[in-house]
Amino acid sequence: MTAAATARPAGNSASAPAADLNGFVEFTDVEKSYDGRTFAVTRLNLSVARGEFLTLLGPSGSGKTTTLNMLAGFERPTRGVITLEGRSVDRLPPYERNIGMVFQNYALFPHMTVEENVAFPLSVRKIDKADITTRVGRALDMVRLKQFGDRRPTQLSGGQQQRVALARALVFEPSLVLMDEPLGALDKKLREHMQLEIKQLHTMLGVTIVYVTHDQSEALTMSDRVAVFNNGGIAQLGSPDDLYNTPQSSFVASFIGENNTLAGKVERVVGKECRIVLDGGGAITALAIGVAEGAACHVAIRPERLGLAAAAQAGNRLAATVDGRIYLGDHQRLLARLENGQVLTIKVGPEATMANGEPVMVSCAPGDCRAFPADAGTGGSISKTTGE
Amino acid sequence: MTAIPPSELDRPALARGRSAADADLRSVSAAIRRAEFGDRLRSLALAGPLLVLLALSFGIPIVLLLSRAVYDPTIASALPQTSQALSGWSGSGLPDDAAFLALAADLRDNQAKGTAYELAKSLNARLPGARSQVLKTVRQLESAGDKPPLEVVKSVPFWSQPGTWPAIANGTHAVTSFYLLSALDLRWNADGSIERVPPEQAIFLQVFMRTFFVAAAVTLATLMLAFPLAYLIASAPKGLAAILIVAVLLPFWTSILVRTAAWTVLLQKFGLVNDLLLWLGVVDDRLDLMYSRIGLIIAMTHIQLPFTLLPIYSVMRTIPPSQMKAAYSLGGRPFTAFRRIYLPQVFPGVMAGCLLTFILCLGYYITPALIGGASDQLISNFIANYVNVELNWEMAAALSFILLVFTLALFGIFARILGLDRLKLV
Repeated sequence: MTAAATARPAGNSASAPAADLNGFVEFTDVEKSYDGRTFAVTRLNLSVARGEFLTLLGPSGSGKTTTLNMLAGFERPTRGVITLEGRSVDRLPPYERNIGMVFQNYALFPHMTVEENVAFPLSVRKIDKADITTRVGRALDMVRLKQFGDRRPTQLSGGQQQRVALARALVFEPSLVLMDEPLGALDKKLREHMQLEIKQLHTMLGVTIVYVTHDQSEALTMSDRVAVFNNGGIAQLGSPDDLYNTPQSSFVASFIGENNTLAGKVERVVGKECRIVLDGGGAITALAIGVAEGAACHVAIRPERLGLAAAAQAGNRLAATVDGRIYLGDHQRLLARLENGQVLTIKVGPEATMANGEPVMVSCAPGDCRAFPADAGTGGSISKTTGE
Repeated sequence: MTAIPPSELDRPALARGRSAADADLRSVSAAIRRAEFGDRLRSLALAGPLLVLLALSFGIPIVLLLSRAVYDPTIASALPQTSQALSGWSGSGLPDDAAFLALAADLRDNQAKGTAYELAKSLNARLPGARSQVLKTVRQLESAGDKPPLEVVKSVPFWSQPGTWPAIANGTHAVTSFYLLSALDLRWNADGSIERVPPEQAIFLQVFMRTFFVAAAVTLATLMLAFPLAYLIASAPKGLAAILIVAVLLPFWTSILVRTAAWTVLLQKFGLVNDLLLWLGVVDDRLDLMYSRIGLIIAMTHIQLPFTLLPIYSVMRTIPPSQMKAAYSLGGRPFTAFRRIYLPQVFPGVMAGCLLTFILCLGYYITPALIGGASDQLISNFIANYVNVELNWEMAAALSFILLVFTLALFGIFARILGLDRLKLV
C-alpha cells in the first residue's frame, strides 16, 4: 500500500521535482484515539505529493475527518508522525502551519464584510494595507465576487459564501489547502458547478489540496488520487479509474460506483482465476483477489459489465428472469432475478424491451468478475447494491 | 412583506405606458397595505389584554406616583386664604398682618377638618422643623380663648423667621420644582435662581454616585466571573453543560431575601468567610465584611451573576467551534482570534448582560438594607425611607424620577452605541 501511496498520477510525475517523491505531506504510522480503547484512525500511512488533489473518501466515522483535523493541527495524533515539507508538525499549532482550510459550514465571520473576511489571514500576518487591498481584490476576482466585497456573508447565497471561503483560504497563498466536505450544504446542481470551479482553481494555482467527502462521485470527478477510508484506515488508495476498475476489496468495490455482489464459496483457484459455486445454485469464474480455496467469498460485478448473452457467447452465463426495468433516458437498468433468488442490475441500451417474467441469459467475462474474501464490511453493501 | 421596489414593477408595465403602470403600482401597494393593516390589527388584538394590564397596573400608577414629584397641592388646598393674602406679597421681609390673619383662619379650618397634621408634614418637607411649629400654633389657637388670633400667631417666633414665609408662598403653588431640585441637592434661593444646597444638607448626589459606583463595581465583578464560566458552559459537553447551568440557576430558585440572609451568616465577623480567611492565613485579623461596602458588593455580585451570565452564554452557544478553528487555520494566534473573531461576536451578549445587571443593581433595596452599613445605603433605600417612614411621597417620587431619567439615559447611550437590535437579552 505504501508503494501505491507514493506513486504519482502519471501525467505530473515526469515534471515533479525530486524532493516531492518523499511526499509533501507524510503520515507515518499515525493513530488517533479519543478514549484510549477505540481508535478513530489506525496505522495510517499516507503520502501526498506537491500539487496533488487527494481526496479522503469514506462513510461517516471512517476516520477521514479526524485525519484532516490532525493535518490541520486541531487534533494531535496519539501515535505516529505527520510531516509537512519534511518537517514534523507535531509541535506546530494550527496558526503556524500555513495551511488554508475550507469548512463544511463555510465558517465565514458574520461580523465582517466579505472583504474583511478575505483580508483576515493577511492582516494577521502584518502585511501592509495597500498590499492587502490588491491581494483581496485579486482573490475575490478569482472567485468572481468582486462586486460583493462590502456585503456581509449572510447576504450571500450558499454558493457565494463557499466561494468567499475559498478565496479566504487561498488569499495567503498556502501551499496546502484542506477542504472538509465543502460542498455538503449545497444543492446538487450548484455542487457540480462548484466541483468544476474548485478543480479549475487547483489547476490554475498548482496548490496541493486534501479534500474530504463522503460523496464518491465527487471524489471521482475531482481527484488525482482517492484514499478510501474504512474503519479508521485506508482501504485502498489510487486514481479514480484504479478504484473503479480494480477494487482490492469488497468494501471498495461496493462503495465506489454501483455493483452487484454475489455470495459464494471458492471451489478451486487456477492461476489468477477461480471457480466459485454461488450460494443457492449456479457457478461462475472470476478473478481471484486474495481468496483461498474452500473459503466463503463475494463476487463483485459492475452493471455495465453484465450483458444479455447471445447463444454462442463464451464466459459466465447465468439463467435469470426479468424482474423489472428502470428507464433512465440514455440507458436502462434491467433487474434480473437469478435462480437462487438474487437480483442483478444490468445496464442495457435504451431500446431494450423485455417484459417482466421473460427468461434471459445473463453473461459476463471472467475478467470483469472480482472475487473477494467475504468480510464483515460487505453485509451492508449487498443490500445497498441490490436494493433488498 | 416589504414593499416591492418600484423598478421591479415598472419594467413589465412600461409598454402599457407610465400612468397605467403607476395606477397599477398604487393599487398593488394599497392592497398590500390593507392586508398588512388587518394582520397588524389582529396581532395587536392578541396583545390587547396584556397591554391593558400593563397600562392599569404599571403605566398609570407610575405616572401618578411620578407626577407627585412636581404636583403637590396639599399646602395650596390647606391654606386657601393665606394663598390669596400672599398673592400680592413681594416675597421679601414679612407679609402684612392680613396674611397672618389668613394663616390663623386657615389653621383653624384645618384643625376643624382634621387635616392639620397633613399640612404640618407637608410644610415640614420644605421647611425642616415646621411640623412641630404648625402643630404648636394650632394648639395655641385652640386654647387661646379671647386672645386675638393675630397675636397668637405672632407670639410663635417661627412665623417671623426669614425663611418661613417664602417657603409657604412657594408651597401655595401646586406645581413645584422643589422636590426635583432637592433630589439633586439644589434649591431656589431668595433672588429666584437655582443654587446648591449647603454641603451639610447635601445628600442625594452623593447617594446617586454611590449607587452608580456599586452598580458598576458589581457589573464588573459579575462580568469577570460570568465570561469564563459562560465560555466553559458553552464549550462543555451537553451533560456537563446542563449540570453547570442548573448550578448557576439554582440561586434563582430561592428568594432574594433568603440569599441575602445567607450572606449575612457567611460574612459576619465570626462567620464562615472570616474563619476560612484566618485558617488560610490570608488575614491576621477578622475583617469587617458585614455592614461594609465590600460585603455588599460580594453579596450583590452573587445574586446578579446569572443575569450577566445568561445573555453571554446564549450568544456564545450560537458561535460554532468552526469559527475559532477557521481563525486559527488562517493564521490567527489565540489572542488575535479571540479579540477579532470571538469577542466581536459575543459583544452584544456581554453588553446585554452588563446592562441588565447594572440597571437591576440601581434598584437594589433588600441587600443594601441588610448587609450594607449606614454609609452603604443606595438610592432605593432612601426612596423606601421616604415612602415608609417619612411619609414624604413627593420626595420619593422625585428621587424615583431622577433615577428613572438616569437609567433611561444610560440605556439610550447603550442603544446608541450598539444599536438596539444588536442587544441580545437571553
